[in-house]
Parts: sequence; structure tokens; C-alpha cells
Amino acid sequence: MSELTRPVAPAGGAGPTGRVVAADGAAAVARWCDRCGGSVADGAHAACAAARSLEPPRWCATCRRRMKVQVVPAGWSAVCVEHGERRG
Amino acid sequence: MPEILDQARTRVLENGVGLDEAGILAVLNLPDEHLPAALQLAHEVRMRWCGPEVEVEGIVSLKTGGCPEDCHFCSQSGLFTSPVRSVWLDIPALVEAAKQTAATGASEFCIVAAVRGPDARLMKQMRDGVAAIREAVDIQVAASLGMLTQEQVDELVEMGVHRYNHNLETCRSYFPNVVTTHSWEERWETLRMVRESGMEVCCGGILGLGETVEQRAEFAAQLAELDPHEVPLNFLNPRPGTPLGDRPVVEGKDALRAIAAFRLAMPRTILRYAGGRELTLGDLGTRDGLLGGINAVIVGNYLTTLGRPATDDLKLLTELKMPVKALSATL
Repeated sequence: MSELTRPVAPAGGAGPTGRVVAADGAAAVARWCDRCGGSVADGAHAACAAARSLEPPRWCATCRRRMKVQVVPAGWSAVCVEHGERRG
Repeated sequence: MPEILDQARTRVLENGVGLDEAGILAVLNLPDEHLPAALQLAHEVRMRWCGPEVEVEGIVSLKTGGCPEDCHFCSQSGLFTSPVRSVWLDIPALVEAAKQTAATGASEFCIVAAVRGPDARLMKQMRDGVAAIREAVDIQVAASLGMLTQEQVDELVEMGVHRYNHNLETCRSYFPNVVTTHSWEERWETLRMVRESGMEVCCGGILGLGETVEQRAEFAAQLAELDPHEVPLNFLNPRPGTPLGDRPVVEGKDALRAIAAFRLAMPRTILRYAGGRELTLGDLGTRDGLLGGINAVIVGNYLTTLGRPATDDLKLLTELKMPVKALSATL
């Protein structure tokens, strides 16, 4: 199954320092903060994690590409051209 | 009781005449110990002149990001280093968003685009989208597409758009500090055309952009002069990468003072909670505002940020014994 067709993380997603789960079930360690795009190795990104409760992710946690994000009244979707779609 | 609240009781509550700029400023400057009395009076004014119903609305971004304007608060400007990318919503997803909104009991669904003003592609997307929504969903459709030409105003009326949102954002004297790519007067001109078209005028702004308390009062007085059907009240949610990204959020008590002051300036308007209330007021403050002059809410998510679950707001309205305004009441 293509990784591009299913969410790679559940609602709320892998937080800025969480793990990203691909559609085939394989887990990958998030290398980048999905809110600010900074390296998770640089710190805990606690402020980003707090802010993410009221924001969708903007950066792919795996490759740091900016994602195309659509917010709708009852959810959001974020698409990385390389790593597929997440929904929340 | 402060003198301004005594005056407001007669002028606003009994006679339905909004406070002038000096009176608004006096409310905004009330010390904390008098805030509960101001909120109580604003609530009485709202109940007297608007009634207990709350108008519920959902919003969605039809075209996100890539905007050529430089509104300093906005993450959708293409001129800043915001991470928000340009994206368009397709018609099936737009209809689904309208259905999600209607399922909450909302009577309003506002379609928003991040543009200076609509081009032919956006107007076609609107025409197709509004037609598809009207066919599938029982809800009033509003729009917010930036500055309009007279032809575009006429087209929106023809589509069946019943309300148009165009925020002045802040007072006239502070506007050049917030936007440099167009003027406050250009926005006013669109509002004038919208009003003359027969569409309902929705016009509010954002508090916490760096304006002074005096300028906040100036803004409320200018809105009162416009006399819009609805005033959405946002509190700045500082967005990364924007010029106002490092500004502090509005302090909760200042936000509540503003809610009371805006209600006392505009006793009959729909005063709506819009973006930023989750950060500025939290759950308790949201409740205080609904008991202090607010009579409408945006439920669910916003354009690029997330809101409280709609169920939380609806539960709160039930607790407060504030009925959701039925669609039939808006027709």
C-alpha cells in the first residue's frame, strides 16, 4: 500500500518530538518539529507541543518539508509530498 | 457604581443608544473591581436588545495562503516567512465542511479566501460552491473574499450570499501600522457597497495588535458608526513568521472589558466570539464573555488554527440556558 494514501499519525499526530507511524505500520523517529520545523535534537520544543493543541502540523516531522494543510470545521489534513497525508 | 455604568444603564439599556467614544473609553479603563458590574450590564443590554439566542457559525478557508497583502497579524500573507502554504479546497470538501457545520445546529457557514480581492477563478469557485451547498445543506451562506468591485458585489447577491464579512481589523488611526498594502478607506468602500446591495454587513477586527486603549475605543466607535449586522471580535493569536508573531496575547480581563465596551457601544449588533478566545480567555473566560455581551460564536476550527470542539461550546450554551438561534429565525 502506498504511504501516500493513509494518515501516518493519528489525530493530534506525533507531537513535535513523537514518533511517526507510516501507513504500512513501520514507525520512524520524528527528526523535525512539526510546528516550527526545527530539529528535535535541539531541545524538547515544549512550547511547540503546547501550541499544537490549537494548531495543525505545518512541517513534515520526517523530512522537514512544508506540508499543504487544510483546516476544516471539524478537522484538518496535512500532506507531505514525500510522506503522505496526516489527518486530525 | 462608576458613573459611566450609571449613564450606560439609562442610555444603552433603557434607551438602546450606544455609548460614544468617550463612554467606551471609560468602560475600557474601568478598574478590575468594576469589571463584573460592566459585564453584568452588558449582558442585560444584550438580553434586552438582542434576546437570549446565540447565533452559531462555522467558517472554512476556500483558498488558503499566498495572499499578496501584508496584514501583519496574518499567517496567510505570502510576504512573510510563515509556514502556511497555498492550498485550495475543492467543492466536495467545501460541501462536506458545510454539512459538518450544519450538524452542530449552526445557521451560518462562512466561506473565506485569503486574497486582496477575488479574481475570476475564485468567483467561479464561489459560484459552484455556493450552488452545491444550497443544494445539499440547509444553512445560510456568508462570504469573506477581501475587497470587491460593484460587479462582484452584485454577483454574490445573485449567488444567494446573504452576509459579507470584511473586517476593518483595527481603528483608522492605527490601521497603517498593521497593513500597508491597502488602506482602511478601501475596506470601508467595500463595506459601503455591500450594505447598499442588501447583503448583511459583518465587520469586526482583532484586539491586541499593539493599539492603545484609546485606539480600541476609537475602533469600537467607528464600528458603531458603520452599524454592522455582526461584529466578529478576534483576539490576536500571534502567528510564527508574521511581524506580530512575538506580541503577547491580550490579557483576559482586558478582553472581557472590551467585550463589555463593544456591547455597550452597539446594543443591537450580533457580537461574535471569533479567533483567539481559547488563548486569551480559556474556558472560564469564554463563559464570562457569553455572560457579558457576546451573543454569537464561531464553533469548531478556524481558518488555519484549531478551536474548541463544537460540542464543548454547545454544552456551555446549554448550561447557560442560551438557545442556539434556529435557521428559520435568520431567514
